[in-house]
Amino acid sequence: MSFKRTIAVTVNGKSYERLVEARMTLADFLRGELDLTGTHLGCEHGVCGACTILLDGEAVRSCLLLAVQADGAEIMTVEGLAQGTELHPLQKAFQDQHALQCGFCTPGFLMTAFAFLKETPKPTEAEAREAISGNLCRCTGYQPIVKAILQAAGKTTT
Amino acid sequence: MKPAPFAYYAPQEVDEALELLKQHGDEAKILAGGQSLMPLLSLRLARPGVLIDINRVANLAFVRRGANGGLAIGALTRQRALERSAEVASQSPLLSATIPLIAHFQIRNRGTIGGSLAHADPAAELPAVALVLGAELVLRSASGERVVHAKDFFLGYMTTAIEPNELLIEIRIPGLRQQAGWAIEEVARRRGDFAMVGVATAVELNGNNTCQDARIVLFGVGEKPERMERAEQLLRGQEATQTQPAEAAKAVSEDLDPVADVHASAEYRKEVGGVLTRRALEKAFRRAQKAIS
Repeated sequence: MSFKRTIAVTVNGKSYERLVEARMTLADFLRGELDLTGTHLGCEHGVCGACTILLDGEAVRSCLLLAVQADGAEIMTVEGLAQGTELHPLQKAFQDQHALQCGFCTPGFLMTAFAFLKETPKPTEAEAREAISGNLCRCTGYQPIVKAILQAAGKTTT
Repeated sequence: MKPAPFAYYAPQEVDEALELLKQHGDEAKILAGGQSLMPLLSLRLARPGVLIDINRVANLAFVRRGANGGLAIGALTRQRALERSAEVASQSPLLSATIPLIAHFQIRNRGTIGGSLAHADPAAELPAVALVLGAELVLRSASGERVVHAKDFFLGYMTTAIEPNELLIEIRIPGLRQQAGWAIEEVARRRGDFAMVGVATAVELNGNNTCQDARIVLFGVGEKPERMERAEQLLRGQEATQTQPAEAAKAVSEDLDPVADVHASAEYRKEVGGVLTRRALEKAFRRAQKAIS
């Protein structure tokens, strides 16, 4: 039977191998098994976007994947953005623009924006807004987040 | 918010998946993109004993030019791949224009065309577009293959013609004719939400600006996407004048018998269904006229 499986993944450049229950979501795996608690869980059913990570380079909701589905995959989480103590330009832009208050949604926004800017390095404001439409923020509001993304893209913001 | 336990299989070949379906069909669920099934599992609205994950099955994700023009699309093709496909943009511009309306890019990175059609959410765009385009769906089981037309595929609320032992393999989409026009319109609370009401349409004009064919499908209004046949009939054989879309839209509004829910009243859906139909037909006619001239 097949209720459990051993999986091997690479997360932020580091390899892991674990025996997991098939029903464990990738988000729970990252947080509970690998202790990478930067990936947040808000709604746990694909609405809020807080758990967004990169799976083989594409932004996905990690609560809508099973850990076993990631076997062999390369994953990047919010912990993979900063280089040591040096913030990633996106993180720096979020700080500069006050694009977070409580910070709960921030990892999802950062990973969404990271994937978006990789594909659209010089976005318009409208494109940036559309890109974050699948992520919910309940305190900061979206305006500073849009500004931060545009700053990270090298566009001057007021 | 944790799925109930299930036996998990990740077949690598179609035949292997079909064999598993033959054995476990009644208690099994197919996991494709998972963007609808995973929430259902997490909320325990679905508790299948067996989960057959087809994401590692070879040769189920492709976009090819069809035998008679049009497209053949593998059921496991991600919506994002369709969105980025030049082939889809040139062969089926309506399908291409539809994809960005589906949820958000993170969802489209996983969500598949086959999964969306098999899930058959009545407010989803792809079932409506499959119906408008006259798509054919290839269903395969361990004992054979059959091809089901979209009009015979959607049976009711999240219910399709797929038998428990069958797997949706491929979607065949006929090419639009040269003189064809198309449009999709929807109203949703927020960008990426399911439509409260939407319409997809395809029309064909001849050189005399006469409407040869018109197909109008409303979605988000009932148990499944609905062809609006009286409105279509009003257009066929008639000159594509400026007043035609409004007349057809009136018929749509009259004929709709929509559901009421927390998102919108039935009255609202009737009214907006008509308005969207008029806008969609105006666009479709303009596109068709441009194609001819």
